[in-house]
This record gives sequence, structure tokens and C-alpha cells, in this order.
Amino acid sequence: MTTTAGAARHFVRELLGRSDYAIISDLVEPDSRVLDLGCGEGELLEWLAANRSVEGRGIEIDGRKVQRAIARGISVYQGDIDQGLSGYPDDSFDYVILSQTLQETRRPLEVLREMLRVGRRAIVAFPNYGHWAMRVSALFTGRAPRSKCFPYEWYESPNIHFLTVKDFEVLADNQGWTVERKIFLSGHNAVRALANLRAEVAVYLVRR
Amino acid sequence: MIVETQSVRFDSLPLDCGARLAPVDVAYETYGNLNSARSNAILILHALTGDAHAAGISHDDGKPGWWGNMIGPGKAFDTDRYFVICSNVLGGCRGTTGPASVNPETGCPYAMSFPVITIGDMVRLQVKLIDHLGIERLLAVSGGSMGGMQTLEWAAHWPERVIAAIPIATTARHSAQQIAFNEVGRQAIMADPDWNEGNYYASKPPARGLAVARMVGHITYMSDESMREKFGRRLRDKEKYGYDFSIDFEVESYLRYRGSQFVNRFDANSYLYITKAMDYFDLANGARSLGDAFPKNAPRVLAISFTSDWLYPSYQLIEVVEALRSRNHDVAYVELASNYGHDAFLVDIGEQTEVIRGFLANTYSRL
Repeated sequence: MTTTAGAARHFVRELLGRSDYAIISDLVEPDSRVLDLGCGEGELLEWLAANRSVEGRGIEIDGRKVQRAIARGISVYQGDIDQGLSGYPDDSFDYVILSQTLQETRRPLEVLREMLRVGRRAIVAFPNYGHWAMRVSALFTGRAPRSKCFPYEWYESPNIHFLTVKDFEVLADNQGWTVERKIFLSGHNAVRALANLRAEVAVYLVRR
Repeated sequence: MIVETQSVRFDSLPLDCGARLAPVDVAYETYGNLNSARSNAILILHALTGDAHAAGISHDDGKPGWWGNMIGPGKAFDTDRYFVICSNVLGGCRGTTGPASVNPETGCPYAMSFPVITIGDMVRLQVKLIDHLGIERLLAVSGGSMGGMQTLEWAAHWPERVIAAIPIATTARHSAQQIAFNEVGRQAIMADPDWNEGNYYASKPPARGLAVARMVGHITYMSDESMREKFGRRLRDKEKYGYDFSIDFEVESYLRYRGSQFVNRFDANSYLYITKAMDYFDLANGARSLGDAFPKNAPRVLAISFTSDWLYPSYQLIEVVEALRSRNHDVAYVELASNYGHDAFLVDIGEQTEVIRGFLANTYSRL
């Protein structure tokens, strides 16, 4: 296993082929309770259980993925993130993770509020719509912008709510959430300045 | 794997209705080996018309078990790893004491003097069996349909005796629709003059009534799509309609055949008692809510439903899962895609196997 990289390093390692997973795994304290929204086949939860002694739960809408997650021993609930959290009592988890899915939810603010109700902290990773490549794409093609992080044609994109780093900061400020950590990524490089322009992916650790 | 049904007698069993049954016989089978720590036992719970013969080939009649595709070496309930037990339910007619059993006080079959039993009573008897087998704590309990009700009963009322529960295609309480189908079955039996208030053991059984009950049951176990695929409007051994009331359609032939076969292996009074037990079952009964029905130390749960099961629709099991989640219990839920309706848990077992195998292995590895 690679040593803990820390956000200050320039190069970010990968976990299970994803750099956002590597960062999330660093943010999660050992022996905590974690809910992963849109957990896919439960790879991250399985890793956290094995390496951080985390007690993990997941929610996933895709039945095939739920099957594979359960088959690997992860307790996953087949359901919709937009409605799926209401069943949990307040403060059920130490962390609620939403990785690369916020922009796909129908009511992102409701989802974030619910995350911070059922969890003491939320970890939110999202692709930054404000990245320079998106701005350039929109400016010069005159079409719905596309980039490495937003590769879809407008008619087949699962993304329905686009946000930038700045948007998230404004929202957190409005809602009175405390941002405890924020990490910005461009490929495997940590971005430390001009994040809204240079970050492809942003990861926030937020609490109420 | 040749298996023999075994039997054990218990002195008495207190029932929810206040009566006490004495003595009580239980028919059961076991597959695989109990490990030295006695920690690998799984209890399988059968549905309305099932029996103790869940797997392997019967020593008596050479028939395979009702869940033989799920229980065995390398299967979902892997008998190379686990010690699997299945018993006939209380009120049944396949070796466990039921209305067809002889009442020692009269020397005659109980018939309708048999006390009304509940899912809770069935499980209480299973606990006695587990005690008898020297098992302190089961690794898992699992079953579909009425077997799922017993699974939930175990989870809610015997948490210290079971580590994991796998309810499949089931509910915490029957809906009006489910009670209604059961009532049609019961009325069909009781409307048969051969039923004779339940006293038919010395003469001929209410075969026509029981067959009709079974026919109704079979319709509810299939889906519109699976019936279309299996029968469509195909005619049976004819090119044109007969313009009479003999068998025209393939589906008629199938239902009549299933009905008539059923009579040979099932007791009509058992059908009455067991369907009643299903209708009475309400896990939330006595609790403020379904969530309160589960104790703090409830076992971890894997709940499975099927898309085309309209007899036990997914929303019913989701209700249970939601109740468990509202108390932060460890619960996994998946709705598997199948066209086979309620029968899916018996016949469409590919994905079900994958999910259960992984869940059990993970539960076992945590011991």
C-alpha cells in the first residue's frame, strides 16, 4: 500500500484506479461508520473495511451493481439517493460519501442536507464545471462544453446539475457548513492555486 | 447425496393461542457437517406446501429436494462449508405434528380439533429442534414466502440464536389481497362435501376442493409473462376448440394436473391451518412500529425480492428493510430481475445464488 500522500503533495496516488478514492480514503478516520452514496459495486467500502476497519453501508440504484456489492460482503441498499436517506436516523454515520454523483442528483441541495443530517461529516467529490477546458470548449465551439471530466454529448449525459468549485464554496457559506478540508485535483496533480480554473475534480470534507 | 428424513419427539409445545400440544414430532433433514465450534449451521425454512426434504435425493422415493438447486456442494448454501437443516413446519403433514396426526387423548386424528397455530409457534418448535441438535447460535436462517415470514420471526424474536437472516420474496404481514387468495383456497376446500367438517381421514379426502385451492395458488406463484411464455393460448392435444368443457387450453391442463398431483402429497386440513397462520402473521403486532419489532441485537439481514413477484411485491420487503434501516441495523437489500413471479426464488436462482453465497461467506468470515 502506498503511504498516505497528504493533500500538500504534488502527486496524488490512485486507489482502485481512482485518485478521488485515494483522497477519500485519507480523509476517513479508522474505525468509523461510513455511508457511501452511489457506491457502485462497493469497491471503496470493501477497501475501507479491510484497511481502515470501517463499518460501511452503501446505497446504489443499479441492481447488477448491488448484487456484486452484496456478493463481496458489503451491506448495500438498492435505492435512489434522492429519496434513499430519509430512512436513516440523525447522526447514523461518521461520514457520508458522495463521489462524482452530486451533479447527477435531482435535488442536490436536499441530498447534501440529508448527508449532513444522517452523517456528522460529508465527503463530496465532484467534477469542476469551472475548469478552464470547459470554459474554452464553450467559448470556441459554441456548443455544450465537453472535456475529460464531462465527456458526454448533451443528450446522453447523466449530469443534470452543473457546479463549479466556486459554486460549492458559495453554497457551503450560505448554508453555514464548515469546510474542514478541500483538495483539488488535475489528473494526478494536486492543485493549490486558482482551483476554480485548474481543478478537474474537487473533494470537500464538510460538517454542519 | 442420498438423504433420509429424521424425526424427534418433544414432550410439549406451548402455543400462542393458549393451548399446549403434547407430544410434538418434528421431521427434519440435515446436509453437510457441523463443525467442531458448531458455528456453521444454517436453518432453511419452507413455504406453504414445502417439507423437510429441501435437498439431496430422498432415500424413500428418490425425489430431489424442493430447494435442491440452492442447497448442496458448491451451491448457494454450500454443504461443503455449512451444516444445513430443514424441518417440516408445525401443522404440516409431512412428518411434523399437524391436524392429520393422531391426538393421543382420543386415538383419532386431530382434524379440526387441532389448535390454531401461528408462525411464532412454528419458530418456537424450530428453536426446540436447534436445541436438540446442540446448536447455540445459527449462522443463518433463510427461506422464501412463508419461509421468509419464519425468517423474520427468527430475526425479531430470537436474535441471540441467529447471526444472519435472509428473508426472500416475503412480507412482515399479509395484505388484504394475500389474505383474500388464501381465503379462496380455504373456501374451496371447505365447500367440497368430502371435507366433512374436516373429518375425512377414515373416508376420502376433499380432493376436488384441495385441487382448486392449489390451482389458485399456482396462478399467484406465476407472472403474466411467465404464463404467456409457458402456455400462451396453446390448445391441448387439439387443433380447434372443443366447444365443450373438457380441456381446451394448455394452461387448463397444467393447472388440473398440478391440482390433482398435489392431493396425493398434501393434507387439506394442513392447508387450512397453515394458510391461517400466514394470514395471522404480523411482525409489528405488539410493537409500536415495525422498526420497534426488531431488537437492538437483531441479526444482520439480506433481503431479496423479485421484480415480477406480484403476490409478494417488493414494497412489502422494502417496508421491512426501511424499518431495519430506521434503527441502524445492518441490512442489505436487492430486487432481482426475473420473469418468474413469486416462483422466482425456487426456479430463477442464478443471481440469488451469487448474492447469498457472498453474503454468507462474509458473515462466516467475521466470526
